[in-house]
Amino acid sequence: MTSALKPKHQRLVLVIVALVALIGAGVLAAYALRNQASYFYVPADIAANPPEPGQDIRLGGMVEMGSINTADDGVTVHFVVGDGEARVPVTYAGIVPDLFVEGSGVVAEGAMNADGTFVASNLLAKHDENYMPRELEGMTMEEARETVAETYE
Amino acid sequence: MIAEIGLAALWLSAALAVLQLVGGFFGARDENNELRALVRPAAVLQAVLCVISFLCLVWVFVITDLSVKLVASHSHSMKPLAFKISGAWANHEGSMLLWITVMAAAGGLIALIERRLPERTMMATLASQAFVAIGFYAFILLASNPFERLSPVPTDGNGLNPLLQDMGVSFHPPTLYIGYVGLSVAFSFALGALMTRNVTPDFARVMRPWVLAAWIFLTIGITAGSYWAYYELGWGGWWFWDPVENASLMPWLAATALLHSASVLAARDALRTWTIMLGVVAFSMSMVGTFLVRSGILTSVHAFAVDPERGSFILALLALYIGGALVVFALRANTIAEGQRFSITSREGALVVNNVALSAILGIVLLGTLYPLLTEAFDVRVSVGPPYFNPVSAIFLVPMLMVLAVGPLLRWRKDSLSRVKWPVVVSGAVTLAVLVAVALLAEIDILPLIGLALAAGVGIASFMPLRGRRLRRTPLAIWGMCIAHFGVAVALFGMAADSAFQQERLVAANVGDTIEIGPWEATLQSISPVAGPNWTAMQADMYYSYEGGDLMEGHPQARSFWAPPGETSEVALITRWNGQLYAAVGNMAEDGRWQLRLWWKPFVTWIWYGGLLIALGGALALVGRVVSDLRRREAEAQGEARAYPDEAEYADYDDESSVPAAETQS
Repeated sequence: MTSALKPKHQRLVLVIVALVALIGAGVLAAYALRNQASYFYVPADIAANPPEPGQDIRLGGMVEMGSINTADDGVTVHFVVGDGEARVPVTYAGIVPDLFVEGSGVVAEGAMNADGTFVASNLLAKHDENYMPRELEGMTMEEARETVAETYE
Repeated sequence: MIAEIGLAALWLSAALAVLQLVGGFFGARDENNELRALVRPAAVLQAVLCVISFLCLVWVFVITDLSVKLVASHSHSMKPLAFKISGAWANHEGSMLLWITVMAAAGGLIALIERRLPERTMMATLASQAFVAIGFYAFILLASNPFERLSPVPTDGNGLNPLLQDMGVSFHPPTLYIGYVGLSVAFSFALGALMTRNVTPDFARVMRPWVLAAWIFLTIGITAGSYWAYYELGWGGWWFWDPVENASLMPWLAATALLHSASVLAARDALRTWTIMLGVVAFSMSMVGTFLVRSGILTSVHAFAVDPERGSFILALLALYIGGALVVFALRANTIAEGQRFSITSREGALVVNNVALSAILGIVLLGTLYPLLTEAFDVRVSVGPPYFNPVSAIFLVPMLMVLAVGPLLRWRKDSLSRVKWPVVVSGAVTLAVLVAVALLAEIDILPLIGLALAAGVGIASFMPLRGRRLRRTPLAIWGMCIAHFGVAVALFGMAADSAFQQERLVAANVGDTIEIGPWEATLQSISPVAGPNWTAMQADMYYSYEGGDLMEGHPQARSFWAPPGETSEVALITRWNGQLYAAVGNMAEDGRWQLRLWWKPFVTWIWYGGLLIALGGALALVGRVVSDLRRREAEAQGEARAYPDEAEYADYDDESSVPAAETQS
């Protein structure tokens, strides 16, 4: 099939195939990024503009005092993340990070479910202090909210 | 005193780099310039001084000299010796010193042993190596001095992040850096060849072993890093598509493409411009990676020692070197003559597909990694994870693996698919059979399903090139290729099997409870406190039995470090040939039960065995190439009549291997 083409054309075909593939990759990547990137929300954002249930998002805020509650199975925790404006109930099944305590900041990965609870698949607080900077400690709710919003993308 | 010696050695190295640049510049312009004689000694001496400087840093860490700021802020007198040593590079300044030491050592090595290239090209190569090094010397000496003193001297150091107090940090960063920064040689060779208009098959043959060596280390470094993250972070994951991981994957993708295109250039004198471009891109990706890791501009689970102010310094270096290289490329690319032509159904054609796919995946990873930065400019915060990276890169990975199965069977220049019909049919049939069988027997996601099927097909196809050869006379390079390709299949199988069949149990258990997970039964015997040199831990003593067989012990710990304060989870791993049981212990619940998290991960270890096989394949190819090169030179020295074989003969010699021997004359 290709033998009918002149050598010059073969080279051109190769270049075009390569370009099409690379441009295709770029377009595909751009399209997928728009759909698959998980956005960062604070509770106020969720109240104002709720994400679709099931869509991957990250939720950042402060763990409300007195809100951590361990279920009977010993591994599921319920708590409330607030930012001074809104509150979001969160469920997480797993070993909670050591820095996860009431009154401190947390970033949770997961998705909202239909009844307005955030189901976290991962809590980011343990593995690096950059995820949970000490600056958050001892701040007022308002300051913490700002810091959380600034720190996590 | 030791610290001052280290600093002085570093300044001297920087000065020698300037000398190397100047000498190399004039040497590249005029072969008879006398400054030329300075270049090789300058490069070698620079490597020696950098190693001395690095050893000085290790020494101040070993003796915990707290008057050195870096030691005070990252070490502690009570830390075990192994972690004092590895602590030297487990921080920003130390790791940059390791970076420049590897760079200088790579430059010193090529200056010392590489004599095959025309002298002008060699001078240009060493000049560009020095040019890049100078920027990084400036960065270390002006913005990240590892030997800075501290006054007053503190009573003890801050200690090392507990996550880094692990044997992984002794091994992973040095291997990764040797690979990462070793690619600077490819960059310099590419620029040297461009500037002296010497893009030839000989040049590719000279560059290839160096790239191969760097690539082997990079492969080992990534494999080791993945395993380290797997057992240290306690999440049971082995790849997170985290920016820091992507930073090491991107140079690997580019270097893999470069290896394959350099083969085409060496054997067939085609893809000249493209090979040069990849040489530039590979090391550029290393620098981009350094920028991402060191600037702290992206949050990462692996980030340590980050400082945004230094980011702008590295960004300036990036712009200078990548921009500069691209300018040289743009100015000189049109002087590279068109290479040999080839048909699309040929070995070259297959390798072009491989290169396009690798480049596409590289672009996808790069976009995904930088996307959060782009959106941040518009005040939108996002994170990009597996839901993007896995399917989008699979779109290019799948055709690439198909070509990987067929390409090595094709002949150079021109071939027909009908000649390789049978091996292709066999691998294709195996792939389809596995696909159908797995789809019928188990309900798993589409990506792991395709992965399992392709792993089987590629695994068989990877040894097809040995068909019809006398195995004992098959060149090592061919064995290397087969084993590396087989390693890809093994790793792919591990990835697919783990994500398809892994089982997880999360329970709160009383002492004495038995937990069932997959074919395993795990019993929590007791929980007791234990103490280490700089930590205490709660240790779960657990017994595990596979399908009712013999009991095996494993002791996951929740460790608390006190200098600096921090917690880590030391997981227990029970390894069988067909997978790993992964156990982590969490906190005590209020009622006295302990949280246990267990995974059964079928064939997960095959991921890293695969990585090691890929590296082993590279090593065999490297040994094969070097040995055959030495033999050739010996033969040349003896038979003066064949002092310099002509181009075609040379190419045949190099790639006698490329066509199965039995069919050469058909």
